[in-house]
Amino acid sequence: MDSGRQQSRTYLGVPLFRPRVGFFELSSCEGCQLQLLNNEATLLDFLSLVEVVNFREAMKERSEDYEIAFVEGSVTREDEIERLRKIRENAGILVAFGSCACFGGVNQLKNRFSLDWVKNEVYGNSPIKTDFVRPLEAVVKVDLKIFGCPVKKEEVEKIITHIALGQEVVHHKYPVCMECKANENVCLFDIGEPCLGPVTRGGCDSWCPTNRAGCWGCRGPAEDANLEQMEKIMKENGFSPDTILDRIECFGGFSVYAEKLRKDLGDSR
Amino acid sequence: MKLDCNVNIHHLTRVEGHGNIRIKIQDGKLLQAQWEVVETPRFFEAILVGKRWDNAPWICGRICGICSIGHTLASIRAVENAFGIMPSLQTQKLRLLLKHMETLQSHILHIYFLAAPDFLSAGSVFPLIESHPAVVLRAAGLKKLANDVCDSVGGRRLHPTRTVVGGFTMLPDKKDLARFRERLADAAGDLLLTADLMKTFSIPDFTRETEFVSLKGAGDYPFIGGELISTDGVHKKEYEYRQMTNEYIVEHSTSKWSRLSRESFAVGALARVNNNFDYLLPEAKEVCLSLGLKPVIHNPYMNTVAQLVECIHVVKESINMIDELLNSPWTEPKQPVIAKGGAGVGAVEVPRGILYHNYEFDEAGHITRCDCVIPTSQNHGNIQYDLQELARKYAAEGMQDRDIELLAEMLVRSYDPCISCSVH
Repeated sequence: MDSGRQQSRTYLGVPLFRPRVGFFELSSCEGCQLQLLNNEATLLDFLSLVEVVNFREAMKERSEDYEIAFVEGSVTREDEIERLRKIRENAGILVAFGSCACFGGVNQLKNRFSLDWVKNEVYGNSPIKTDFVRPLEAVVKVDLKIFGCPVKKEEVEKIITHIALGQEVVHHKYPVCMECKANENVCLFDIGEPCLGPVTRGGCDSWCPTNRAGCWGCRGPAEDANLEQMEKIMKENGFSPDTILDRIECFGGFSVYAEKLRKDLGDSR
Repeated sequence: MKLDCNVNIHHLTRVEGHGNIRIKIQDGKLLQAQWEVVETPRFFEAILVGKRWDNAPWICGRICGICSIGHTLASIRAVENAFGIMPSLQTQKLRLLLKHMETLQSHILHIYFLAAPDFLSAGSVFPLIESHPAVVLRAAGLKKLANDVCDSVGGRRLHPTRTVVGGFTMLPDKKDLARFRERLADAAGDLLLTADLMKTFSIPDFTRETEFVSLKGAGDYPFIGGELISTDGVHKKEYEYRQMTNEYIVEHSTSKWSRLSRESFAVGALARVNNNFDYLLPEAKEVCLSLGLKPVIHNPYMNTVAQLVECIHVVKESINMIDELLNSPWTEPKQPVIAKGGAGVGAVEVPRGILYHNYEFDEAGHITRCDCVIPTSQNHGNIQYDLQELARKYAAEGMQDRDIELLAEMLVRSYDPCISCSVH
């Protein structure tokens, strides 16, 4: 490691570690990586904080020498397991980047069906390889998760700054609902919209509810999330069981409860 | 005359998604020139089955991280067409403004971050921060403007939150729109500077006669809905899209391919400019001709030029639309939705070409079938046939492998492929 490079910047007189980072993607829309390029106002500052050595979507050069690997997407095919294991070997810190990597994301909705059925529905009789969708931690050890579909760029920058400063990354324990209240939004239940804000982990600053779109739980459960109570409140507000299930199962963060709801609904889906 | 050529690119960089290029010429004979798409399929068309109609735009927007707005709007249009909902004029304008800003954002991303490094002899945009700071700042400024408008109108630049069947959950602040209008006027100047920069690019002189498919203009340069045309004279209705796309499966690609009158066709900015040049706004037309784009052009590398022409068009039209929005009082953001059985198609021109979503619903509004045809999947065949022609031509001229490799990379990049989208 080049020590001159490491100490090129300081923060409050303390030399900064400028980590070499790589961005990688498995099955995904690549949107979480794009969120970084989409952050034009602070992109240049961000790039001074880290040294990007592998980012296929943006650059031609590639290096296997990196300290932090950001991996977007979920595991849906055998060859991705090998790729992921290789990244794990190379990286000091492996970050599950976005909901697909953390929980399977919308991809895991495929797991409601048999693999034969989904293959036939999309590719007919032609051979195509696919497996049940899994989050990264089902295959390798994950050191850190960054939640969200998409990830919130401010949160990503904060987390990377923490890593560069050698500080512990602590996720919000409270739910989206708290942030929504703090933003003084009208409660979506009052305007007839289903919302998982009360059980979903905060940190997005109630991104969807502030835009009057109910929360779909993309960041997974908040600590001590009470899903039975959530289901009860949704029912009291007149939402049908399949509307509740649609929300709970969308991103894979509540997979155990989604399974229960699916059983309650019978085998109709 | 050079007799052998070997090009092997695994996971081509500076494109969205995973694709490989393989070219092999032996003893002067082209053995292989292949564009392999190896992306993992995510099975969105299966995932949607059983879901209620309101899930469609929310889930389908997530097909793509670059054109999530386009997917969301195509999905909404398909649902509204199935339910017989006609969006209000206000909703139509706001959707088109949102769509235009996605086009600007995506085209600028491609022109500056993905394509320009090849013309400025860099591996990525990152070294350009030092060598061409003004260029990078201009690109960042244009992208930021486009994304800021998307945040304001769609709720979020990526995977929008306010766009729903029936309209919008919320309306933008008029004060913000007025400020965006000023910034868009400045952006028009930045785009002219971009045209000056582009005039310094040496665009490869390569042509292969191609059929171009797009929406058909009717008074305006088309983006959302309408009839379908091709330069070979095919003309279909929106709901007849399957007769335009004719998807089929090939062995070396996880994405489907398409064909129409020939073995392949092209969609995208170049196809739109070729088919609808007459409907471009005068400022866009002028830049178009000054950059040597006089339709019909069959050089695929000119797609990047066509993207810049469209940037000028969408910025000018957005200014006009904001003026109209500012001059009329807001009406209800959303109209009621009554689900019913049936089917609907939504065709939308997204940055990389024409996109189709098609759903069938049961009486309760649950999806029973889903079909999405992605612009890049329509282009894959054309990319491959271009690669064959390119390998043959330049190998015959005795060009070195590494130069052919760069031209092949640039060719694929010029289509601005969105590979994970094409596999979905």
